[in-house]
Amino acid sequence: MPDKSYKQIVVLSGKGGTGKTTISAAFTGLIKSKVIIDCDVDAANLHLLLKPERITSHDYYGGKKASIDKTRCDECGLCESVCSFDAINNFDVDPISCEGCGFCFRICPLNAISFNQVKTGSYYECLLEDGTKFYFAKLSPGEGNSGKLVTEIKKNALDNLPGDLKWVIVDGPPGIGCPVNASISSADIVVIVTEPTLSGIHDLKRLVELIGKFNLKSGIIINKYDLNQDVTSQIYSFSEECNIPVIGKIRFSKKFTNAIIEGKSIIETDENIRNEFINIWEQISMWGK
Amino acid sequence: MVITVASGKGGTGKTTVAASMADVLNDCVYMDGDVEEPNGHILLNPEIKLTEKVFKTLPSIDFGKCDFCGKCIEVCEFNALINLKSEIILFEEMCHSCGACIYFCPQKAISEVPKEIGVLRYGTAKDNITFFDGILRIGEPSAVPLLKRLKSKIENGKITIIDSPPGTSCSMVEAVKDSDYCVLVTESTPFGLNDLKLAVDVLKIIGIPFGIIINKYQPEFRQLEEYITANGFDLLLKIPFEREIAEAYSKGILPVTYKPELRNHFKKLMTEISGKIKPEKVNAG
Repeated sequence: MPDKSYKQIVVLSGKGGTGKTTISAAFTGLIKSKVIIDCDVDAANLHLLLKPERITSHDYYGGKKASIDKTRCDECGLCESVCSFDAINNFDVDPISCEGCGFCFRICPLNAISFNQVKTGSYYECLLEDGTKFYFAKLSPGEGNSGKLVTEIKKNALDNLPGDLKWVIVDGPPGIGCPVNASISSADIVVIVTEPTLSGIHDLKRLVELIGKFNLKSGIIINKYDLNQDVTSQIYSFSEECNIPVIGKIRFSKKFTNAIIEGKSIIETDENIRNEFINIWEQISMWGK
Repeated sequence: MVITVASGKGGTGKTTVAASMADVLNDCVYMDGDVEEPNGHILLNPEIKLTEKVFKTLPSIDFGKCDFCGKCIEVCEFNALINLKSEIILFEEMCHSCGACIYFCPQKAISEVPKEIGVLRYGTAKDNITFFDGILRIGEPSAVPLLKRLKSKIENGKITIIDSPPGTSCSMVEAVKDSDYCVLVTESTPFGLNDLKLAVDVLKIIGIPFGIIINKYQPEFRQLEEYITANGFDLLLKIPFEREIAEAYSKGILPVTYKPELRNHFKKLMTEISGKIKPEKVNAG
């Protein structure tokens, strides 16, 4: 692979609702020469803050699904017996449960089952006010294969980067499952957003174990750090143990929520928080060199 | 009777609501279906009595029998197998365990082998809450098989509360489907509203009745209530945005254990929900 000009930062949290999107938006407001990708494809929110202009939209085909032609089906039940996903009941395929393995389509003695690609989402290429490219996606309600959509939107974005680009920022999904794995893939730096709650530190530890498999430069931001000083100290101890530095901490404040309500980036509304982000960014940008 | 607590957006307070419901009911079953990041045990402090390993099946090829015909690769829709001529390699994380390769192999060279994907835990919390959770093995891509195993423990007779994973994709659907009722937890922000709409879309598709709880309620974000009213949805409860509740949560303390007023609200809520569920379903368990 040729040397790339940019570094890719993925913002993750394990636990949902710790502030990934707000923090990704703050980075977007601070830095130049960047492309932004929202990889939380089930529940994308970053566009609500960045207010992008959509340029192109792409259909996403997440895979094939089976469908039974009742006029040809003699109700032998073989399809139902081989389906591992309980997707066939009464000679009807439930498209939400169908994972698209095609076993029923291949085994049907009467060729009564069709098996075709279906659209299970869309993704959008957008422009922000300052000319920055921004990508986000919408998975159709209840669909699977969100990891594949993450891979597809990232590929589309990374294949079309300006030549001298410095940063790619990826707002990741919560959890530690397949879309998270897909978000980390090809990243250089992981920013972990946590909160000092027992749930927050529990989920942080699981996420760090996952990230360990990728061997990437990482840093921790403690959001709402003053909510529970004991747990904040535990996060610091854990950070030393796992050798991932705490690169910033942000106070619990209604300003954070109010900024979201007003549709603004948090750095536009509070000078102290802006300075904290400048400080966080200085540390991250050192890793980019 | 199965009630699932879901949200779309992460961090709105699903686990707080689900655990509070279990706490006020007491005689019930609580299942933590957020197997990627399970937190119910932090709030309910169960005494774990049993841990059960959960497996999925993966294909294993006997190269003494395999003649590299490539049929297994042809029938695998997930590109989980590749042919290196001297060996066929399985990418475990791509495999959905559908069994097609095993069935269609002309040489009968493929068999099923178990692969651990996580554990289920069973215990008791508070006085009389039967507690279950699932913990997905780190690196395991799909939560769905573990969730299915967890849901196989649902028994008739008692109210079961399932704490769903966030999002609106396959694992959320797996948690929610077959429920008698779903409580959607949202928050007073545009993010909360946006993701509530997505979760509502899922519930409409799979046909599950639902009501909404606004957590971290802030009256100044009016659009959320306007959306709920305009669509005629049931607004079940508003929990205020208070630092005190957030601080207690950070220590693993449920607000219903020290706020008698909120406890009463949750008690009324459970009666209200029982009333919404069709009587035959209550009788059937």
